[in-house]
Amino acid sequence: MRSAIIAASLLLVCLIGPMSAFASEGPALQDANIDLKDKASLQRGAKYFNNYCMGCHSLKYMRYNRMAADLDIPEDELTENLIFGDAKPGDLMTNSMRPEDGAKWFGKVVPDLTLVTRWRSPDWVYTYLKSYYFDESRPYGVNNLIFNKVGMPHPLIDLQGIQMPVYAEAHGAEGSAAHVVDVELVEPGELSVEEYDTMVRDLTNFLTYVGEPYKLERRSLGLYVLLFLGLLFILAYYLKKEYWKDVH
Amino acid sequence: MSTENIHPTPTGALGWVDKRLPIMRVWSEHFADYYAPKNMGFWSFFGSLAMVVLVLQIVTGIWLAMAYKPSATEAFASVEYIMRDVNWGWLIRYMHSTGASFFFILIYMHMFRGLMWGSYKAPRELLWIIGVVIYLAMMATAFFGYLLPWGQMSYWGAQVIVNLFAAVPGVGESLSVWVRGDYVISDVTLNRFFAFHFLIPFVLAALVFLHIVALHRVGSTNPDGIEIKAKKDENGKPLDGIPFHPYYTVKDTVGLVFFLAVFSAVVFYAPDFGGLFLEAPNFQPADPLVTPAHIAPVWYFTPYYAMLRAVPPIGGSQFPGVLVMFGAIGIMFLLPWLDRSGVRSMRYKGPWSKGFLAAFAVSFVVLAYLGLQPSSDLATLIAQIFTVVYFSYFLLMPIYTKLEKTKPVPERVTS
Repeated sequence: MRSAIIAASLLLVCLIGPMSAFASEGPALQDANIDLKDKASLQRGAKYFNNYCMGCHSLKYMRYNRMAADLDIPEDELTENLIFGDAKPGDLMTNSMRPEDGAKWFGKVVPDLTLVTRWRSPDWVYTYLKSYYFDESRPYGVNNLIFNKVGMPHPLIDLQGIQMPVYAEAHGAEGSAAHVVDVELVEPGELSVEEYDTMVRDLTNFLTYVGEPYKLERRSLGLYVLLFLGLLFILAYYLKKEYWKDVH
Repeated sequence: MSTENIHPTPTGALGWVDKRLPIMRVWSEHFADYYAPKNMGFWSFFGSLAMVVLVLQIVTGIWLAMAYKPSATEAFASVEYIMRDVNWGWLIRYMHSTGASFFFILIYMHMFRGLMWGSYKAPRELLWIIGVVIYLAMMATAFFGYLLPWGQMSYWGAQVIVNLFAAVPGVGESLSVWVRGDYVISDVTLNRFFAFHFLIPFVLAALVFLHIVALHRVGSTNPDGIEIKAKKDENGKPLDGIPFHPYYTVKDTVGLVFFLAVFSAVVFYAPDFGGLFLEAPNFQPADPLVTPAHIAPVWYFTPYYAMLRAVPPIGGSQFPGVLVMFGAIGIMFLLPWLDRSGVRSMRYKGPWSKGFLAAFAVSFVVLAYLGLQPSSDLATLIAQIFTVVYFSYFLLMPIYTKLEKTKPVPERVTS
């Protein structure tokens, strides 16, 4: 038993220890409150993505009909409102923008967003969409608190309104310089702050779903697997006990 | 204790086969009449579990290969195709990626058990050496396999590791080009890595077979480090031994089910394992033009990576670091001859052996942690200290095991 405890703690140190290494740096991220069971939110997110994002960003590992099936979107609604151009429901969610055009217009090839919540994080995407601020030195007049010198314009600026940077003095070895620590809304857009937050959360929720469409299935299946193994363990344990009765 | 199931003479179809292929003899020699110490506890589970995971990796790997495309333009998309469009593809892939990490966890536990029980000491030197070769083959397989998803970390991790060959004086540059088949990691590299990743597991299986044959020749040791064959009853059976089957088959089944539950918990609830088993940058396709801010190997390689970075370059060459890194693994081959103690198990060794083993385990964990971190002056200093601790466990072993006072070893196993 004692060795079991030693082993367990060794394992814990081995595994949990390095995990703390992945604590984030830079401005704090806001909680996106992801809820993959919220179908209404995911449907709204899909609609927003198709309307505001998909002109430039593809979801090229995701299929339209998979999305429709998972999010309870009827086929006619899918073909009428969500599929642009001549794509078929079984197609991947690509767009018609050429990579070299993206590089020319925005300074780099526009990334595909299928897995963005997995290499960034849902909270990062949520915070990013809320952190644009006015910066006339940038080509599109905006910069981002958590992505400095971002090449992408603010796609939702009419909805969110204009945010201005909040500066703080940083005192370093090379003197002091002002840097942006926060943003504040100075000119409201078409949506209220709450409405905008909900919209951005829906978008993030949708992208989190797209990053791992089988996530809910994975979790519910896992429960059955663990229950089965739990029962099997009890049987195996008593079988072992029965056999080992005569070992002294 | 029942012994009547030994050497049965089969009839019928089984008898026909047995006359031509000695299956009953193998069964009795390696299961029914193979005597294992009765006092092997918790630590004896890991070897058999590692074998199960090897089979799991081979089976899931073959199924992945049915849909995977080893091509620089298609590899990343084919992995996402497996995860989304192949029936149960996500489960097979997560089992494979989680299995890789668990394989190393199990093998590290198995090796630590060997260090505690003195399993490398005579007559088990060759058994230990085959084990170290297995470990090397595992690392090669993992290294080749890690490139296959063709994500950013796959690509740049492979770039960094293959560049180590370039540090070899004189031939280094051509050596690294020879390994890659190109001047950078490219489609050619991916193809050959896929070929090796498919091949080496079968070599690994053959080595595991040899490992078991060697084990059954010399017999399992136990927490007391006593040879059970030394004390036999009137039938020539070890007094402290019990037949592997059924006793250890049922016992290992308990361990296996428990392990599968832990394994499944990770597969179904945390397949990324906080970025340790599947790293976030690997969800971006490989881009030869964009170097990630922080490149680190997968966790099971990081102790050696930390040592590599801890050694300062000499004359602008990284070669000393490379030597230290490979030396850290190579020195394991010498272990059977470094231990000069009169006793086998840590139970009866002195405080120096215990202290050095503990320090060794701590240094391995600390180096693993540091290898995952971005480099800093403090981190480098700590890594240097623990690299010295790591090596002193081995290099000072002939001294401390010879000088320390050991406890008397009992005649028979204790429970």
